[in-house]
Amino acid sequence: MPHFKNTTEYVPEVMPVPEKVYISLHQHMGAPCDPLVKKGDTVKVGQLIGDTQAFMSAKTHSSVSGTVEAITTITTNMGGVDQVVVIQTDGEQTVSEEVKPPVVTNYQEFLEAVKASGLVGLGGAGFPTHVKFNLKDLNAVDTLVVNAAECEPYITTDYRTCMDKTKELISGCKAIQKYLELKDIYIGIEDNKPKAIDLLKEVTKDDASFHIVSLQANYPKGAEKVIVYEATGRTIQEGQLPFQAGVIVSNVTSVAFLGEYLETGMPLVTRTLTVDGSAIKNPKNIIAPIGTPFKALVDFCGGFKEEPVKALMGGPMMGIALYDLNYPLVKNNNALLVFGAKEAKVYEETACIRCGRCVRACPMSLMPAAIETAYKLEKTEELKALKVNLCIECGCCSYVCPAKRHLVVTNKMAKKMIAPKR
Amino acid sequence: MVSPAPHFKDTATTGTIMADVLIAMAPAVIAATIIFGFRALLMTAVCAASCVVFEYLTRRVLKRSNTISDLSAAVTGVLLALNLPVQLPFWMAVVGCLFAIVIVKQLFGGIGHNFANPAIAARIFLLLSFSQPMTTWLAVPVTAEKVVGATPLALMAQAREGAEVAMPSVTDMFLGNIGGSMGETCALALIIGGVYLIVRRVITPTIPVAFIGGVAVLALLFGESPIEHILTGGVMIGAFFMATDYTTSPVTEKGKIIFGLGCAFLTMVIRMFGSYPEGVSYAILLMNIITPLINRATKAKAFGGVQA
Repeated sequence: MPHFKNTTEYVPEVMPVPEKVYISLHQHMGAPCDPLVKKGDTVKVGQLIGDTQAFMSAKTHSSVSGTVEAITTITTNMGGVDQVVVIQTDGEQTVSEEVKPPVVTNYQEFLEAVKASGLVGLGGAGFPTHVKFNLKDLNAVDTLVVNAAECEPYITTDYRTCMDKTKELISGCKAIQKYLELKDIYIGIEDNKPKAIDLLKEVTKDDASFHIVSLQANYPKGAEKVIVYEATGRTIQEGQLPFQAGVIVSNVTSVAFLGEYLETGMPLVTRTLTVDGSAIKNPKNIIAPIGTPFKALVDFCGGFKEEPVKALMGGPMMGIALYDLNYPLVKNNNALLVFGAKEAKVYEETACIRCGRCVRACPMSLMPAAIETAYKLEKTEELKALKVNLCIECGCCSYVCPAKRHLVVTNKMAKKMIAPKR
Repeated sequence: MVSPAPHFKDTATTGTIMADVLIAMAPAVIAATIIFGFRALLMTAVCAASCVVFEYLTRRVLKRSNTISDLSAAVTGVLLALNLPVQLPFWMAVVGCLFAIVIVKQLFGGIGHNFANPAIAARIFLLLSFSQPMTTWLAVPVTAEKVVGATPLALMAQAREGAEVAMPSVTDMFLGNIGGSMGETCALALIIGGVYLIVRRVITPTIPVAFIGGVAVLALLFGESPIEHILTGGVMIGAFFMATDYTTSPVTEKGKIIFGLGCAFLTMVIRMFGSYPEGVSYAILLMNIITPLINRATKAKAFGGVQA
């Protein structure tokens, strides 16, 4: 698979504050936040504007200074309806008085700080980080795996984190290591980023607990179960979460943010993302306020150079197609890709020729073609035996299929078919 | 435009794969033309064209989508041609194509659904229907008188009976200057095609290695020359082009090893104990039939999977 890492050497550029931002109150897995502001309120950068009592959630902060214009709703590209806070910006970017470095001396205070930062998994999952770090038994976990594989084509933001935020990354690692009482830190990077590997090896050479692991560059190296196995040799068994295998896995940009937050106290209000694709005039890495409409990001990159046919939030393998470019930037969005007609080609589905490519491509050693047959016949017992529940939805089967069958989509539906009914 | 992930697809399609197979068979067709003359090329064209026509007509009659552009029918035609004696009357070859495409392939649902390799099934059908013309081989090198010759395997069978025979040299076997079906004799051309398929990742080397290796080892065990056994008959064309047919061979690598070894075992059993001097087609056909069972027995074990 080609990597298309076009923006590798593009140091992220800070985008001017747009006229309006649309901050979603549901940028994470779990319960949405309730708005803490109302129409007409003045807000400042870093001010808490959304929160909830639910455990599985993440706080929402204002990314700009300005005036709340409305609390409204948008239909997400997944079909859900979320509340958004629309803020008319004043361009001053006045920082809120709430923003001050957290005082952290023990594990509980560390958890509180992570929670206050609003951090979620920045690799794409959007899992609230304070939930991930909340362990019943600190002794169960001894290893941190920092995921810097960045295996999706096009995206280079995690690479830029390694290069531009090295200090914050290391301090973030050390903080997690200290408060979660971990022994080892593995940073897994694909070997198509040799500069990052060399740099991190250099800065960690005096600390024996750091292990910089060069991974052979092929998608989906950055999948959680894959990188844990490749970096540490541990297998996360079916039904287990990483901590049950003694590891905590965190995206590299999340860790670097944490390092920065512990120093400055500025919560998660900006996002570094790659804007690329054949329809984008000047592909760039951008630092933009959360809530910036995608249209503004495209304009900042010089607009379109050809008729845009398909826009994606995230990478081409697992990203979600957008139906509307007015959708705003959210915390866990690492890329905006827009393609022209050639790249967005849709193939016709033809008969399975049983070539076995999907079987060879599957990182979880599943048999997608067999799953498809079982799904069509609604053989639920067969689907359970084929372990479709272990599918990580990476899309490799669909990618390699010469008959262009929608295998990963079938897997997702098959997972639903055998999932316990609620 | 909105569609589900992944948004990129590999450029390989069924059509490009089949085109690769056609390219890989080109050396064998060229070799056949050099060894057996222009009629070999003509036979290839007749078979390829009739398979494509039969595929088009059957799909039309059955009111199914047109699939000739995936080139699989053309592959079947060329492969069948390579498995025929060069002087076989054309009408018989066309009957073979009809059987391959209409009966074996389309009546079972078309590409991906046939239980046996159409080219092999058709070859066996022709062998049973027209035994005499299907086992009459031109003497090689082809001379103006068109002397009838024997295949090396037939010679070996006679030798086993105690007859004095003059075996061709290993060089002649490797280059294909021996009697046999027009596409199976030139091992060199078939190996070039096979390597091309492996390099282009159309096939994995598993089945050819298991098949050819298995034949060589069994030949040794039977006290015969492994070189003669792997270079003669249909072992090379069978191992690279017919046993590797996607639809009728197992999907997992473990299954492919079992399949390749099974083909080797059956081939040698037929060669040593059967009434036919050659057994590759029958071996592959029988292994085609048990492929679903091999698939069932060699399911991949999921990474981190816990069996209930």
